[in-house]
Amino acid sequence: MRFGVVVFPGSNCEQDVVHAIEHLGFAAEYLWHGDMDLGDVDAVVLPGGFSYGDYIRCGAVARFSPIMAEVSRFAERGGPVMGICNGFQILAEAHLLPGAMLRNTGLKFICHAQPLRVEESVCHWLDLPAGIVLDVPVNHNEGNYYCDAETLARLHAGGQVVLRYCEPDGSLAVGGSAPNGALDDIAGICNERGNVFGLMPHPERVVDPVTGGTDGAAFFTTIVRRLAEVAG
Amino acid sequence: MARYEVFVTYKQGIFDPPGATAERALRNLGYEGVESVKIGKYIRIETAGGIETVREMCEKLLANPVIEDYRIEQVGEA
Repeated sequence: MRFGVVVFPGSNCEQDVVHAIEHLGFAAEYLWHGDMDLGDVDAVVLPGGFSYGDYIRCGAVARFSPIMAEVSRFAERGGPVMGICNGFQILAEAHLLPGAMLRNTGLKFICHAQPLRVEESVCHWLDLPAGIVLDVPVNHNEGNYYCDAETLARLHAGGQVVLRYCEPDGSLAVGGSAPNGALDDIAGICNERGNVFGLMPHPERVVDPVTGGTDGAAFFTTIVRRLAEVAG
Repeated sequence: MARYEVFVTYKQGIFDPPGATAERALRNLGYEGVESVKIGKYIRIETAGGIETVREMCEKLLANPVIEDYRIEQVGEA
């Protein structure tokens, strides 16, 4: 079991992701955005950062990196892909996930611990019971998830809403709990099949108590367990 | 070689935080007649390609059809 972590020009969380994966006892390697080969990795992570300076739109240039064609093929074959923060924006721009990210409604870059409610979903990267609250930091300026009403209905009906911003007790505030204005408090979604997953919060920052918690570990351990089961 | 101007704006109904902030700021400055302010992007392209190619550039990269509209104007020969 080996994770590949893609490095784009302007990525800045790739070392944290690799460290988190290794801390959990798994193997990880960096994949260069200019390469056209994923090697023998079993899962791909697109890390956070500011790929290509966020020019044009966050993720808009990175999605045309040579490696993204291969990531798309990998995803189409059912390979697990997780996009964190800027990685989520890249997956949306690449149409591997529906919707888009707008600027935070408060026009502020937000950076704080954030309670997230686990939803009933088909996501391969998380199989915790619905309703559990995870504490995972957010750190972004454009995390205000948006999609049209039809897409939103499809996301809910298909179990594609994976995580929602919530209050510490797991409830959703009237008028929204999202710190960025995200539609329906959506913090993370997956594709219909469940193998492609994007989220704005940073699970790689909370896998070791020394950095304030371990709620981020579940995403990595879940996909490893799932791949092991599939491999029999 | 032709010169094109491309204007990219949020689709109707999509909240534009910088526009809303500018709108409030203008009212605070005493411009009470301000109804609405929208902020978008201006892109100037000089290319040997025709307007169809510029449209393709917009669809592919310069605008995101999920959230944005775009308008192209040819403004002369470069």
